Amino acid sequence: METNIEIVKPPITNVGVIGWIRENLFSSPLNTVLTIIIASILWFSVIPFLQWALIDSYWLPDSNCKETNGACWSIITSNYKVILFGFYPQNILWRPITAIIMLVSLLIISRNRNWWNAYLGYSWLAGLIIMGVLLKGGILGLEAVDIEKWGGIILTLLLSVFGLTAAYPLGILLALGRQSEMPVIKTFCVFYIELIRGVPLISLLFMSSVVFPLFLPEGMSINAILRAQVAIIMFTAAYIAEVVRGGLQGMNKGQFEAADSLGLNYTQTMRLIILPQALKIVIPPSVSILISAFKDTSLVVIIGLYDLLKTTQSTLSDPKWMGFSAEAYIFIALIYFICCFFMSNYSRKLEKELDTGL
Amino acid sequence: MKLLKVLAVCITVLAMAALTMAGTLEDVKAKGFIQTGVNGSLFGFGKADNKGVWKGLDVECARAVSVAVFGDPDKLKFTPLTAKTRFTALQSGEIDMLFRNCTQTLSRDTALGLDFGVVNYYDGQGFLISKKLGVKSATELDGATVCVLPGTTTEQNVADYFRTNGMKMNPVVIENTAELAKAFFAGRCDCLTSDASQLAGTRAVAPNPGDYMILPEIISEEPLAPAVRHGDNKWKDIVNYSVLALINAEYLGITSKNVDQMLKSDNPKIKRFLGVTPGIGKALGLDEKFAYNIVKLIGNYGEVFERNVGVNTALGIERGLNALWTEGGLMYSPPFK
Repeated sequence: METNIEIVKPPITNVGVIGWIRENLFSSPLNTVLTIIIASILWFSVIPFLQWALIDSYWLPDSNCKETNGACWSIITSNYKVILFGFYPQNILWRPITAIIMLVSLLIISRNRNWWNAYLGYSWLAGLIIMGVLLKGGILGLEAVDIEKWGGIILTLLLSVFGLTAAYPLGILLALGRQSEMPVIKTFCVFYIELIRGVPLISLLFMSSVVFPLFLPEGMSINAILRAQVAIIMFTAAYIAEVVRGGLQGMNKGQFEAADSLGLNYTQTMRLIILPQALKIVIPPSVSILISAFKDTSLVVIIGLYDLLKTTQSTLSDPKWMGFSAEAYIFIALIYFICCFFMSNYSRKLEKELDTGL
Repeated sequence: MKLLKVLAVCITVLAMAALTMAGTLEDVKAKGFIQTGVNGSLFGFGKADNKGVWKGLDVECARAVSVAVFGDPDKLKFTPLTAKTRFTALQSGEIDMLFRNCTQTLSRDTALGLDFGVVNYYDGQGFLISKKLGVKSATELDGATVCVLPGTTTEQNVADYFRTNGMKMNPVVIENTAELAKAFFAGRCDCLTSDASQLAGTRAVAPNPGDYMILPEIISEEPLAPAVRHGDNKWKDIVNYSVLALINAEYLGITSKNVDQMLKSDNPKIKRFLGVTPGIGKALGLDEKFAYNIVKLIGNYGEVFERNVGVNTALGIERGLNALWTEGGLMYSPPFK
């Protein structure tokens, strides 16, 4: 027996774009009202913004921005060298640019966990040395550039990359110290962590820039950037220590007992069993600390270091560009966003790969 | 024990280093440059332009010191400092001199372990208002909201002024000069108070400069002067007479253009000043031609003023108090003899 089943297509209003819109945007009176309100808000904000940012805007260096109602991107095109690189001599900008490209490519390569091996470690080491030589100069016929002249994005990256890489191991040590049964070490670590977490980063930076130099013997001075760098490392390490401690405490007691019964000593237990698992659990909170530490480097503005934010502010003090702070801040906000987005994106990827669905 | 020994050696070495530290002049000559504290973000006084070249009145006065010591205006390394870090940097020896639009006050001069040099700019605090207010004098500002920068003498001065005149004020405190100007033009406050040197520049960047005016009252004295560490008199003399050379050159009518002709002048004052008749260089421990070099490479005070803050710049400031004493100002140099 034949059965004729006529395939009835769903009504056109239930499929495709129209169907999706009906389903998601106009499914109930409340939804309809919300959709209309939000659409009109978007209409009245996005369109004028685009008009301001793209259509009425000036892009060419040194144009007279007072003539337009739109954005004045010429503040960026005229001053990008100072904003991005501070006082670095402008005839040898290829050196910091090459160094930054090297850093970014190393970061991109390191994203892929399959490539994590000894060679990558060596290339990081070599890369960091080459970057240092490129920036500092003084050998191989490169003109020497004082560290005081490193500004803008160079300084921001220097403070955050070195700050974060030095703070992480220090933080782990502090966390282990806090869990330790040796009273002196434990007391020291608790004291350190609570002291540092009890004061804002700004006060540490002020201590490092205003108070600390007075204790040095006369005639001896330590570079302001180095002092700020140490303050940032000390601060971030205390926070990382607390996050890592959370991971350590989250470990099942059975793991420690199992390690003991295998006859592993403390170092082996930590290195082979506890830390690999504990650090895995704390990836998301560590990344949020790293992201906020990265953004916190902009606080060095208040002690007069010329990081990305300060070089921008300095540019804005020129009467020619004084009224165009929105454009300049949007520009550096974009740079910060790209860096932070990269970090959080990477942590999500890492989490997925390590599958920490504990 | 070993640790103790190492520590003892370290301390001894540091103590010796402190003891053997010579005067700033010898230090500076030995290292080959002068570490100079500057503002870094103040257009017209101390700021790098978009090529990275340092510009400004303070910067050029510092260059005069560099010329006096080395015969070269570029033997300087600049350390940009904030209002809060500037004096520590000098006390701790991080910088050799401070040219950062610092107001000389008694307590700073005495309590902070530093000495102020000769004033290189006479500033004073004033008010910028919108013409719509219809106010003609600062005494009519009762109840006004006032935009002001925090952390400097400015905030204190305006509070004092309103109190002495029995007026009320609502301060709007904003951290950054550019944002302060923006808030004022957006109507957040009735008037903006700042050093007069800044008001003209701020007015110039207004959407319609004609809508704003600067009130005639100057409510404070702000003698801006360089500073050096207390007690190093030789170095202070050099800094002072380098700045005074700029002023004296203007008084004697010597400019960077005519300085070579002036070498042939018969005027004994000019002969002594330019080192044709030797004496002033030896007295300071400098080259006899140091004043000649300063004028040749930098100019006189008038030239420096016009180049950085004068009427043809974005700041558009009149000479006013900063004219020579012969022209109604306060700029006066002791004789170079």
